[in-house]
Amino acid sequence: MARQKKLLIWIPILALAIIWLVIAGSPFLFMVLATFKTQFELLTGGVFAWPESLYLTNYTSVIGGRFFSYLINSIIVVAVSLTSLLAVASFAAYPLSRFNFKLRNHTHALIVACMAIPIHITLIPIFIMMMNVGLYDSIWALVGPYIAFNLPISVFLLTAFMASIPKELEEAAEIDGSSKYKIFFTIMLPLSKGGIATIAIFNAINMWNEFVFAFVLTRSVTNRTLPLAIWEFQSQFTNHTPMIMTVLTLSTMPMLLAFIFFQKKLIKGMMVGAVKG
Amino acid sequence: MGALASKRRRSVNIAAVVFLAPAIFFLGTFIIYPIINSFQLSFHDWNGITAHRDFIGIRNWLELFSDRVFWFAFRNNLIVVFFSLLFQVPFALALATFLDAGGKKFTIFKIVWFLPLLMSTVAVGFLFRFGLDANFGIVTFFSRLFGGGAVDLLGDQSRVLLTVIGVICWRFIPFYMILYLAGYSNLPEETYEAAIIDGATRSQYFWRVALPLLWPTIRNGAVLSIVGSLSFFDLIFVMTGGGPGIASELMATYMYRNAFQIMRVGYGATVASAMFILITIIALIVFRLLNRKEKP
Repeated sequence: MARQKKLLIWIPILALAIIWLVIAGSPFLFMVLATFKTQFELLTGGVFAWPESLYLTNYTSVIGGRFFSYLINSIIVVAVSLTSLLAVASFAAYPLSRFNFKLRNHTHALIVACMAIPIHITLIPIFIMMMNVGLYDSIWALVGPYIAFNLPISVFLLTAFMASIPKELEEAAEIDGSSKYKIFFTIMLPLSKGGIATIAIFNAINMWNEFVFAFVLTRSVTNRTLPLAIWEFQSQFTNHTPMIMTVLTLSTMPMLLAFIFFQKKLIKGMMVGAVKG
Repeated sequence: MGALASKRRRSVNIAAVVFLAPAIFFLGTFIIYPIINSFQLSFHDWNGITAHRDFIGIRNWLELFSDRVFWFAFRNNLIVVFFSLLFQVPFALALATFLDAGGKKFTIFKIVWFLPLLMSTVAVGFLFRFGLDANFGIVTFFSRLFGGGAVDLLGDQSRVLLTVIGVICWRFIPFYMILYLAGYSNLPEETYEAAIIDGATRSQYFWRVALPLLWPTIRNGAVLSIVGSLSFFDLIFVMTGGGPGIASELMATYMYRNAFQIMRVGYGATVASAMFILITIIALIVFRLLNRKEKP
């Protein structure tokens, strides 16, 4: 009886779960199936029909285009911005979590408040700034904004992480006469590795997918990052759905591979980022 | 002794400044200065190209107050906020609860449900721009499957906003699901065991024990969702560009259009500044309200 009742509850729940599975999954199926079709086949055969043959021309023309140039730009921007961000954030988190100084709480509050600022208010001034310093339409224009806008959450999380590390080692080093700088590099930084790694994952995803700054601060196809690759292909192959879907599939591929290989770490990184606020 | 202590304090202060300087530099250059600069620009008439900017006082602001498109966009933002809260919070909570209850058995659900979060918002926008095509799209496919006709979702002024909200939910429900799943995993294991030993059913556990404990996480999620919806841009820009007409215009797309498409940079800065003020006020009110509720 109890078993039956349990089953009765689980059937509708499972049905809803499967409905959401279809809703979440079907656009992906549509996308990936379309990449193996010709435009004609897609329009005549129905969106979820299995491809008639293993048609790879979409892939070869996208990869034969400038795809790798976009990919390399993305990798460079993310690598440079991410390393700088992690350095700047851990520098800032150290005094905020450990030192006693007058403006500590104010500084912390200021940095945290920056989390809620919509990027759009900074868009025009940053655009003008990059024009003036000659960085407009170069991938280097993205580095500064990427560091700044991911900084508040990173400092916030790292400060909490560092505050949870026991103080004994530092105190011993301090008695030995080590300076704050030496303590940071020899003790604090190695002990914070775990926290820094998690934040790195979360920020890497954000930077990899960033759109607004990349769209406003770069213009030439050779200087654009992966999320913008679609623009070039879109103007080249107007309304050629299979080609566009191929670009989308390929640009999602790096994230998908990362997800397959580092699933647990990735979800953990996302969780940490999600708990902000 | 006093001299030594003050010397020590001084060296700590200097170290604090050294460690914080890079962060302050980046925040100052790319966040705080631009905010001030946007407000300055809002008092000018400027096309973004010429060296000369016309100082016109509060004319832009007066125009903004009577600009129907801006207030229509703001209204659209509020609609996005409303439906995002209505759908995202409970759906995400339900999915997270399901995954939490099922554990390892439901890994396949977890993976597929997580997928939308892996795509950039731009990619999602393009996927649905084509996927919701009136003639060859996914919805039309299902509609025909059940004997209906072609469904035009993005080209219809009366449907476009709700359609876009649907896509926003599709992309962001997994995010809040992860958030609530994190909330669940932070609950001590004993709470569930203790509740069950005390004779609670699963639903009693959820309503009486888990939900109150998850409240801070839910509140954070709600605040994130509100602030995010008010400054929403990417998806709508890619899918509809604010159209058809102004049917899906948001504050951010309107700002972009003014500043970067019709080159009214001064007025664009006014829209951006107004957006900043409105979002700050709403965020503060929401925070106050939600924090008050928590206290007994």
